[in-house]
Amino acid sequence: MPLLTQQIQAEDDQYSLVASLDNVRNLSTILKAIHFQDYATCFATKNGIKVTVEKAKCVQANAFIQAGIFQEFMVREESVTFRIHLTVLLDCLSIFGSSPMPGTLTALRMCYQGYGYPLMLFLEEGGVVTVCKINTQEPEETLDFDFCSTNVINKIILQSEGLREAFSELDMTSEVLQITMSPDKPYFRLSTFGNAGSSHLDYPKDSDLMEAFHCNQTQINRYKISLLKPSTKALVLSCKVSIRTDNRGFLSLQYMIRNEDGQISFVEYYCCPDEEVPES
Amino acid sequence: MKCLVTGGNVKVLGKAVHSLSRIGDELYLEPLEDGLSLRTVNSSRSAYACFLFAPLFFQQYQAATQAQEPVRCKILMKSFLSVFRSLALLEKTVEKCYISLNGRSSRLVVQLHCKYGVRKIHNLSFQDCESLQAVFDPASCPHVLRAPAKVLGEAVLPFPPALAEVTLGVSHGRRVILRSYQEEEADSTVRAMVTEMSIAEEDFQQLQAQEGVAVTFCLKEFRGLLSFAESANLSLSIHFDTPGRPAIFTIEDSLLDGHFVLATLSEPDLQSQDLSSQQPRQPEPPLQAHSTPNLDDFTNDDIDSYMIAMETTLASEGSRALPSFSISPGPQPPCSPGPNSEDDEAEPSTVPGTPPPKKFRSLFFGSILAPVHSPQAPSPVLAEDSEGEG
Repeated sequence: MPLLTQQIQAEDDQYSLVASLDNVRNLSTILKAIHFQDYATCFATKNGIKVTVEKAKCVQANAFIQAGIFQEFMVREESVTFRIHLTVLLDCLSIFGSSPMPGTLTALRMCYQGYGYPLMLFLEEGGVVTVCKINTQEPEETLDFDFCSTNVINKIILQSEGLREAFSELDMTSEVLQITMSPDKPYFRLSTFGNAGSSHLDYPKDSDLMEAFHCNQTQINRYKISLLKPSTKALVLSCKVSIRTDNRGFLSLQYMIRNEDGQISFVEYYCCPDEEVPES
Repeated sequence: MKCLVTGGNVKVLGKAVHSLSRIGDELYLEPLEDGLSLRTVNSSRSAYACFLFAPLFFQQYQAATQAQEPVRCKILMKSFLSVFRSLALLEKTVEKCYISLNGRSSRLVVQLHCKYGVRKIHNLSFQDCESLQAVFDPASCPHVLRAPAKVLGEAVLPFPPALAEVTLGVSHGRRVILRSYQEEEADSTVRAMVTEMSIAEEDFQQLQAQEGVAVTFCLKEFRGLLSFAESANLSLSIHFDTPGRPAIFTIEDSLLDGHFVLATLSEPDLQSQDLSSQQPRQPEPPLQAHSTPNLDDFTNDDIDSYMIAMETTLASEGSRALPSFSISPGPQPPCSPGPNSEDDEAEPSTVPGTPPPKKFRSLFFGSILAPVHSPQAPSPVLAEDSEGEG
């Protein structure tokens, strides 16, 4: 490490983004939670990095890695934006193996010089250093779901444990996942309509899994199951999940993920509802 | 039909569904007065399995609601299995399982009441169907082995997972032998290894077979029943006769019993494997047989005793029109047309465990439809000309 740090110190001035991390898994785990498309857009500000992945203009996933997660974090400009091949980035981050032996940590130093330059990764484990250069791309404009908390109608916070099984067993022959949130029975219901018949999963509002239950009016919305399924990756890693719907039926899923050092990061999924809402 | 399963019995039920799923693609669920029966048969009709859960197995059991005929149904194994997919979770989270079948709603409703007040409600679509009934008689089998499932389970453990069939026999010194079965035409690389397990007579609770007898049957289905019996800590009885006749595997408990009937290979040259001292069984001429016992030309034939037949318990006019198909010792098509032959033909390859058709006798099935509940036309299915497809 000291050797590596020394060498790089002199070059630091030329970079617009420098971030270093003692345990690369604190970054790679969060990125895996949104890895359902190949390309991601990264925004870095002095508060941290936000990585965004989108699919079909209908679902957007954001991973927030606060500056505090990094041992060193420096952004020279107001904001730094670039697009990158997420699969390649994740492959590089786990270049020393994705499940390292206990007690050995891979350290990371990540540098970006600016528009048109590659993202540089210096990974070190046990005195071995790997340098990766990943070409960056023109940042694409990301969707604005315009999801503001003032428009939120219903909000539920659940312990992820309770939802994990439900999502892993979703009937994928169903095209949609129907989410019912209501101040009255059934309170919170997940329904699928597949080849074999329909399935409903009900959570009472006084369940021990329910951390918070703020439902103001009954809402029944359907979401494409293929769009929501990728959020299982975040669900598996998370300890709590907040489920919110706004007045347009847009869905926000926020996952609280605790890393190996006990720090907390957030991953957020937005999804727009399926067109017609049949009466049921 | 309504029933309520609680506590550890939910897992027992789930485990039974898992072992049935190794055999067939469809599950026949029939509420009877003496319990809830779950049955299946494989697509080539060479294996049949049945579990009967006694009313005492349930916290509540009601076969038929008042003034209503009992409904029986056939559902896709896959969809029923998905309810009980994870046995570990079932044990950990499910407290109650409520199953109800109502002819009017055309849905089989399975409700799982889980920890934290979470409820899972599955509304499964089903088809009305005839009763799936196999006719077999363990008492007619001269050879019987009985051992704790654990003994047999450990004995089949060393066999490779891909192994299709296993030979069970009694060798010198009254040791019970389980040996991996090799097809003759298999190439030499596959034949390079034979696995043989030998179990001493003392490990058996009953061993009623003379030295030299042996039968060969499918391992996958056998493993399915074994894993159920092992988890329930039961003894397994194996009733068998000469090669070519079905072997009957039974487990019994005060709350449930299970029967698996598996075809065995008819193997005229089995004697060459030193397990058998029996005369090679001559292939019988193709027989035309009917499953109804009241056909007098068949009642005395010994083939009767080992034939499995599907039949309904009702419908006298149906029995006259009883369709049947023949048993033949020679090659059989992998899929004998069944009550919904279109399904069988549509996805015959979805049954990876379908035993090789060439050697197994197709077990004998006949069927008639329930006149009231069957929306289907009388099945063309078991038509006599099916042997022509062989």
